[in-house]
Amino acid sequence: MGVAREEKRMAKVPIQFVLNGDEKAEFVESGSTLLKVLREKLGDTSPKGGCHQGTCGTCSVLVDGELRLSCLTLAETCEGASVTTTAGLAEGGVLHPLQRAFQEGFATQCGFCTPGMIMAAKALLDRVPNPTREEVVDAISGNICRCTGYEPIIRAILSAARSNSHHAA
Amino acid sequence: MPLALKTFATLNDADAALKAAGARYLGGGTLVVRAANEGDVSLTTFVRSTDPALFSISVEGGRATIGASVTMSTIARHPDLAAIAPAARAVGGPAIRNMATVGGNLFAPAPYGDFAVALLALDAEVLEGDQATPIDAFLKARDAAAGRIVSAVRFDVPEPKKFRFVKVARVKPKGVSVLSIAVLLDEASDGTIRAARIALGCMANRPMRAAAAEQALVGRQRTAEGIAPALAVAGEGTAPITDAIASAWYRAEVLPVHLGRLLLS
Ligand SMILES: Cc1cc2nc3c(=O)[nH]c(=O)nc-3n(C[C@H](O)[C@H](O)[C@H](O)COP(=O)(O)OP(=O)(O)OC[C@H]3O[C@@H](n4cnc5c(N)ncnc54)[C@H](O)[C@@H]3O)c2cc1C
Ligand code: FES
Ligand code: FES
Repeated sequence: MGVAREEKRMAKVPIQFVLNGDEKAEFVESGSTLLKVLREKLGDTSPKGGCHQGTCGTCSVLVDGELRLSCLTLAETCEGASVTTTAGLAEGGVLHPLQRAFQEGFATQCGFCTPGMIMAAKALLDRVPNPTREEVVDAISGNICRCTGYEPIIRAILSAARSNSHHAA
Repeated sequence: MPLALKTFATLNDADAALKAAGARYLGGGTLVVRAANEGDVSLTTFVRSTDPALFSISVEGGRATIGASVTMSTIARHPDLAAIAPAARAVGGPAIRNMATVGGNLFAPAPYGDFAVALLALDAEVLEGDQATPIDAFLKARDAAAGRIVSAVRFDVPEPKKFRFVKVARVKPKGVSVLSIAVLLDEASDGTIRAARIALGCMANRPMRAAAAEQALVGRQRTAEGIAPALAVAGEGTAPITDAIASAWYRAEVLPVHLGRLLLS
């Protein structure tokens, strides 16, 4: 009995990190993925769960500025980190240049891949503000889109870069 | 089955924790968390270590020591490791490269393990604490080695012109390997090959040497004629995998073609 109770108590662990600029503190089940904690604990459903295998990319987020797959990242390894998701990109109701470019360039159809595509694109533009087409293709090579045929997405990312209004958020 | 993550400051403590049933070491997690997501019930506890040695890179006198937790993207952009950057860049897409570690790549079953193929051609040493094992022996025994944590790999950084690497994939730029090949060549000033190490990925369930082809290159020139005997025996001892990307037959057919192109490039 005593042991069982202790195990139950130990199953939850405290975790703190910054999500889109806000400090978060939660008790999570040890071994939970970051994707699960973001969506089910913190209510940020912008990263999607597609494959949970690392192959589709729609769960992509930035952890301390680096692109990561939240479905394969354990939340506890993000202790003290800064996590950015698509939900944190718009400022005061004004869409991020990448979001605008996706909307205006029809780079979103069903939209399921969009949050991952946008985070992969942001990771690129934060490092390389004026990428070549090849660099864009490489940057989104871990993200699958079943609707657009990719071309509108590549064009949208290039146009967001060209609009030159991009700034590291 | 509830999972748990246990984090240890030192490798020794993490090593000890791995002895428990159901415990698996967590590198970048791209394979092991995926296995948990897919319902692998043999897994109950992830063990990791935050030992700084695992994350360090040192290059001294041309010899590199790379901590097991160093990621592919860190290697790809390290100024002193440019010669092996192509092999690090061959792993997955950008997010996978930010997570995938050197240590995990040593354990990745085919069709994965592209970076380990490069390490095999480079005759790397695999360090488990203070024990150093040649990579050939390490790879052969890696399943039996379960439980010990790899702390680092060590190898001589090759001169760029001596080292060649190719990953053949159908989906560009980041498909899974049809096969990968790494070659380290020692050539005399007149171009005669003095020694060669050739490592192959996807030609068995783990990276392997093309020993017959290595021998057949010695004393030859890097011309179509010179390498022909090596290409003829390139497949000796291989047992290629069959998966959704290619059949074993296909892999065996195209191996000499890609090895030939790599040697003549
Ligand atoms: C979508 C996708 C694409 C991929 N593409 C490629 C590719 O193109 N090429 C390629 O080579 N691989 C690829 N992989 C496989 C994988 O990402 C890499 O092989 C990676 O290097 C594995 O490292 P990891 O740190 O993520 O391993 P983990 O998942 O953390 O661990 C893998 C195994 O190794 C053990 N392990 C890890 N580190 C150590 C250590 N230091 N000591 C002892 N045991 C250890 C673990 O216990 C586990 O059994 C891909 C994976 C995915 C999901
Ligand atoms: S849900 Fe993470 S890559 Fe598909
Ligand atoms: S818009 Fe539907 S998957 Fe990309």
